[in-house]
Amino acid sequence: MDLGKDILLDMYRSMTRIRLFEAKIRDLATANEIPGFVHVSIGEEASATGVCAALRKTDRITSTHRGHGHLIAKGGRLDRMMAEIFGKRTGYCKGKGGSMHIVDFALGILGANGIVGAGLPIATGSALAAVVAGKDDVTACFFGDGASNEGTFHESLNLAAVWKLPVVFVCENNGFGEFTPMSTVTSVKDIAVRAQAYDIPGHIVDGNDVLEVYRYASEAIARARAGQGPTLLECKTYRWEGHVVGEQAFLGAASYRTEQEVSEWKLRCPLIRFDKFAAESGKISAAELARIKTETEAELEAAIKFARESPLPDAAEVTDDVFTE
Amino acid sequence: MAVTTYIQAINQALSEEMERDPLTFVMGEDVVLSAFGATKGLIDKFGPTRVRNTPIAEAGFVGAAVGAAMAGTRPICEVEFASFFYCAFDQVCNQAAKLRYMSGGQAKLPITFRAVYGAMGGAAAQHSETVYAQFLSVAGLKLVVPSCASDMKGLLKSAIRDDNPVIVFEHGALGGRREEIPAGDYLVPLGKGAIKRPGENVTVVAIGAMVPQAIRVADRLAKDNISVEVIDPRTLIPLDEEMILSSVEKTNRAVVYDEGHLRGGAATDIAALIGEKGFDFLDGPVRRVTSLDVPIPFSPPLEKAALASEVRLEAAIRELVGR
Repeated sequence: MDLGKDILLDMYRSMTRIRLFEAKIRDLATANEIPGFVHVSIGEEASATGVCAALRKTDRITSTHRGHGHLIAKGGRLDRMMAEIFGKRTGYCKGKGGSMHIVDFALGILGANGIVGAGLPIATGSALAAVVAGKDDVTACFFGDGASNEGTFHESLNLAAVWKLPVVFVCENNGFGEFTPMSTVTSVKDIAVRAQAYDIPGHIVDGNDVLEVYRYASEAIARARAGQGPTLLECKTYRWEGHVVGEQAFLGAASYRTEQEVSEWKLRCPLIRFDKFAAESGKISAAELARIKTETEAELEAAIKFARESPLPDAAEVTDDVFTE
Repeated sequence: MAVTTYIQAINQALSEEMERDPLTFVMGEDVVLSAFGATKGLIDKFGPTRVRNTPIAEAGFVGAAVGAAMAGTRPICEVEFASFFYCAFDQVCNQAAKLRYMSGGQAKLPITFRAVYGAMGGAAAQHSETVYAQFLSVAGLKLVVPSCASDMKGLLKSAIRDDNPVIVFEHGALGGRREEIPAGDYLVPLGKGAIKRPGENVTVVAIGAMVPQAIRVADRLAKDNISVEVIDPRTLIPLDEEMILSSVEKTNRAVVYDEGHLRGGAATDIAALIGEKGFDFLDGPVRRVTSLDVPIPFSPPLEKAALASEVRLEAAIRELVGR
């Protein structure tokens, strides 16, 4: 797949925005500047980016508790995300959702979700809505290896398959459900083989190679848009950070993975791989990549300033938006 | 005015609203053939894109209704028996109910859920339960319990036009009851109760299938000069507090009559409202007449013993008025 320079630079910018945003969120949470739980996706930038780069603006996504990366990849604004995570009124959800629940309907982001597996039927229904409304929008559904053991995974794949719905199921297999190794609670080695049970295509994808993710996603999205039904993509990846920022407080001295395993995965860093690709292909200069990084750092600093200076919600807003009036 | 059954009223409401808005569609268990008749014939009028049999997989298809609503359509989702909602509790309670609020008002969730509830004779506990109380304290759902054909039609049409998740509970034993329904585009607003029978001595707030029973009891007691006012709240969320309280202000006595359970039930909720906001009107304690706190049994004498009954309602009213 010979990609143009614009899309390559867009993907690099997306991965950079995710990486820097997540690292900052980790630091702010560690410094207790953010309330509640935060789950960051450092190391998983390529799957979010490769899939969203292959979507149109009117296409939709559903996301997970570890959702910042998906939202950024679909075009989410760092300032409004940051403000939401700070619990501010200027946040995407006016401070009612927080890190695990950011939504931007204008960008087709139906939301992160705090319940594992909840996004699968929602994405399936979003795809159904396109069919009922006679539109050709596709929905991409991000979820983890843990969600593939939920009933909603199986019910959604069956429903989407039987109705040939325009949805792409993207499993980001990072090897752990919270602190439990996937292999100890999952009957299969590869989640992708579960596609066979629903008579739909299933592919194992190198989830740390943004170009490979983009290639598989483009094919699955085209297939969905043409009315040929869903695809299951399993992006093999890894989270460098813990399940939740500050998990040492729960775990104490216990650990669920080795330093060596983490180091090995860091060698497969999606951004380093992209740098290497850029250098080898000769399509993009190091200066261009450096400029994107500098611009992103400035964007992020502005986002933090915006979040810090934004007002907290007024207590009187507590009863707003329960119902549509 | 045409004579129509409760089930036909559902069918008319669905057909009219689907005619009116091409973004509405019906999905659920056996909606094409329609086991109870509510969706019969819709497939011929609206075709397979808008009338969809789902697998028996409630979490999946209820969740899909949530996603379809978020993405701009207006699903009408049938969960055959209301007890099956237990299989889709996350989708109803964590997703449908909460996503508008959690998204800061971005999500709109125009979903109408329909489900049959209540005891209809020998169906046993998993097909006989009155489950609306389980949804009372979720926040973010509207709950509708029509007691007659005309209310069913008018409320269901309003539910379908509402931009929020609404559960319409249909009592399994009311399906064949006939009634005249006003012609034309008949709507009953959500949140407005009805005085089903005016009276002076005691207010009976009755819910769903308990309404016709309460009217029968009121008719019998009238012969003993006990004048009973029967209030049907018609929707539990929103609740017409004003109608309930002004009736109690007039009668000074209240009984809440519900087929649900006592603990944490709808009767308990409404009794607490009357006790808190209508205390000064009362000449005696608010009585709750409900089913017993047991799973609804299978065998007829046991089922009868478990259910809220006209006999127990009559006894409660007589005790309150001292006659």
